[in-house]
Amino acid sequence: MKMVLCRGLRKIYRQGKMDVVALDGIDLAIGKGEFVALAGPSGSGKTTLLNLIGGLDRPDEGEIHLQDQLINDMDQSRLAELRLRQIGFVFQAFNLIPVLSATENVEFILLLQGVEAGERRQRARAILDDVGLEGLYDRRPAELSGGQQQRVAVARAIVSDPAIVLADEPTANLDSTTGQGLLEMMKEMNEKKRVTFIFSTHDAMVMDYARRLILLHDGRIVEDRQKEGK
Amino acid sequence: MFFQLAWRNLWRNPKRTLILLTAVVIGIWAMIVIGTLMRGISAQMVRHGIATLTGHVQIHRLGYRADPVVENSILDPQKVTERFPGLLPAGTRWAPRIRVPAIAGNARHTAGVNLVGIDPLAEKGVSFIGTAVAEGEYLKPEDERSILIGKALADQFDTGLGKKLVLMSQDTNQEIASRAYRISGIYRAELEATEKEFVFVTLPAAAGMLRLGRGISEISLLFPAEGISEAAAARLRDTFAGTDLEISTWRQLLAMISGVLELYDGIIFIWFLVIFVAMGFGIVNTFLMAVLERLREFGLLKALGMKPGWIVRQVLVESLLLLLIGQIVGSSLGLLSYWGLARTGIDLSAVAEGMEYVGMTRMIFPVLLPRDALTANLVVFLLGLLVSVYPAVKAGKVTPAKALAGG
Repeated sequence: MKMVLCRGLRKIYRQGKMDVVALDGIDLAIGKGEFVALAGPSGSGKTTLLNLIGGLDRPDEGEIHLQDQLINDMDQSRLAELRLRQIGFVFQAFNLIPVLSATENVEFILLLQGVEAGERRQRARAILDDVGLEGLYDRRPAELSGGQQQRVAVARAIVSDPAIVLADEPTANLDSTTGQGLLEMMKEMNEKKRVTFIFSTHDAMVMDYARRLILLHDGRIVEDRQKEGK
Repeated sequence: MFFQLAWRNLWRNPKRTLILLTAVVIGIWAMIVIGTLMRGISAQMVRHGIATLTGHVQIHRLGYRADPVVENSILDPQKVTERFPGLLPAGTRWAPRIRVPAIAGNARHTAGVNLVGIDPLAEKGVSFIGTAVAEGEYLKPEDERSILIGKALADQFDTGLGKKLVLMSQDTNQEIASRAYRISGIYRAELEATEKEFVFVTLPAAAGMLRLGRGISEISLLFPAEGISEAAAARLRDTFAGTDLEISTWRQLLAMISGVLELYDGIIFIWFLVIFVAMGFGIVNTFLMAVLERLREFGLLKALGMKPGWIVRQVLVESLLLLLIGQIVGSSLGLLSYWGLARTGIDLSAVAEGMEYVGMTRMIFPVLLPRDALTANLVVFLLGLLVSVYPAVKAGKVTPAKALAGG
C-alpha cells in the first residue's frame, strides 16, 4: 500500500485572461515513513502539489490516492474528515489560531476528533514537551518566537498520529539555526513514530535532511532520487 | 472550547464588538421601553374611558344608543336592578343615570352639553365624578337645584361657584324644558373635553325637569375586574333576552378606543421589526467584516479538518453570544427604565390637547406586559441568528487553499 499515489495530475490556474499550468502531468508514489522534500524554484508547483495531496484543492485532471483512497471525488465534508484523521499540516506562516494558547492550539485537533477533555490536555502537553516547548503551554502565538510557533504547528500536526504530515516551506520564516532545530525535530518524529513527512522547500539545508528529493520545474517532476539524509 | 473560541474571537476587536453590542442593547431597550409606554397609553385610555361614565357594561333601552333622547329611556329601572343580586359577581357596583343632550347657558354664553342626572351615592363607586370635585361640594341625593360643572366649562362661561346656570332640553312631552341650577361644585377631569361635555345634577332634578317620572337613560355597571366584563355581559343578555333592553360592554361603547387597542398589538410588533431592521443591517455588516477579515483563519480551520457546517456553527455561536449579552444588558436597562418611569409617570401636558381626540390622558404610566419583553427578545434572537447565517455560510464556503494563499 502506497501512502500517496498520484497519476497524471494537472492543475491549471486562471490569472486574468491567461491560463497558468501549475502542475503538468505528475506521477508520483510515496511510501509509508518516507521523509521527502519537494524542491524547486518559486512557481514550480510545490505548494500546489502539497495542496492537492492534502485535499485542500482539486486537480483538473488525474487521480490522487491517499492510503488507497481516491480523494478526487470526495465532498467537502469527507475531505475535512480525511484531513482531520490522516493528515497533519505545517504552514510557512505558522497559521496558529491567535486567540488560543499553545496547548489549546494543539488540543483543537483532538477536540475536533472528539477526544475527551482530560486526555486532550494530557496528550497536547506531552507533544509540546516532545517538541521542546515545556513550560510554554499557556502562551498565545503572539507571545512566542517564530521558531516556537512553528514547533507548536508541528506539535499540532502530529498530535493525532496522522499517517502523513505535509509541510509547506516550514523553515522559510525561520533563521537557519531555528530552522535546523525544527528539521532535527521533524526527522526525529519521522524516525520515532514512522510518520511520513513531505515538505516543500527551496532551501538547500532543508534538502540535505531529506532522504528523497523530488525536483519540480514548471509543474513537472524533473528529478526524483533517494539520498542519504543528514 | 467552541464557546471559548467564539468568546475570544468576539473580543479580538473590542471596539467593533462594543459598537455592535451597543446597537443591540439600545435596540432591545427601545423595544421594551417604547412597548411599555404604548401599553401604558392604551391602559390609561381604557381606564379613563371606563371611568368617564362608561363603566364595564351599560344597560340601555333598545334605540337609546342610536338616538339618546328621553323617549328612549328605561321606564321602570327597578325591574332591572332587582334581578342583579345573585346574577352579578360579588363586588359589582352599578349606578342609574339620566343622560340627555342639553343646552347650557348663562347671561353671556351658551354651549351644547350632556346633562347627566346621577344618584350621587351610587355614582361614587362607579365613575370619576365622585372624586373629581375640585371646588365647592359634591351633590347631595335630594338636592334638586345644584349642578356640578367642569373647570373648562366654568372658564369658558366665565362663571363660578354659587352662580346660576340654565339648562334646556326636550322633555317627554316633546316640549322644551328648562331649569335654572346653582353651581355647587366644579370638577376636574383628565381631559378638558370631558370638563366641557358633562354637567351633573341629581336624578330627581333631571327627572323633574324632563318629566321622566321614574325613568332613566342607562345603568352603568363596574365589576371588580375588567376581565370578567364579557362573561357578565353575556349573563345579563341571557337574563334580559326578549326584553327591550340592550347590554353593551365598554368595548362596544368605546369603539374607537377598542379599535386603537387592537391596532396596538400590530403596531408594537411592527415597531419591533423596524428597530430590528436597523439593528439587523449592523449585525450583518459587522459579522461580514469579521468573517472577511478572518478568511485565512477559516481556511486554516478547514485545512485542519473542520467541516463547513462546524465553521457555520462557530460563527453563529459568536453571533449568539453577542446577541445574548446584548439582550441581557438591554433587557435589564429596559426594566430599570420601566421601573423608574412607572413611579413618576411621563407628563404629556404640553401635547395633551392634541391627544385628547383619541382619549389619551395627560400622565402616561408605562405598563410592562411580559409577553412584549419576551417578543422583543425573541425577535432579536431569532432574526439576529437568521441574519448571521449569511456571513456564517460565507465563512463555511471558504476554499482552504485559496484562503491560505491569501486569495
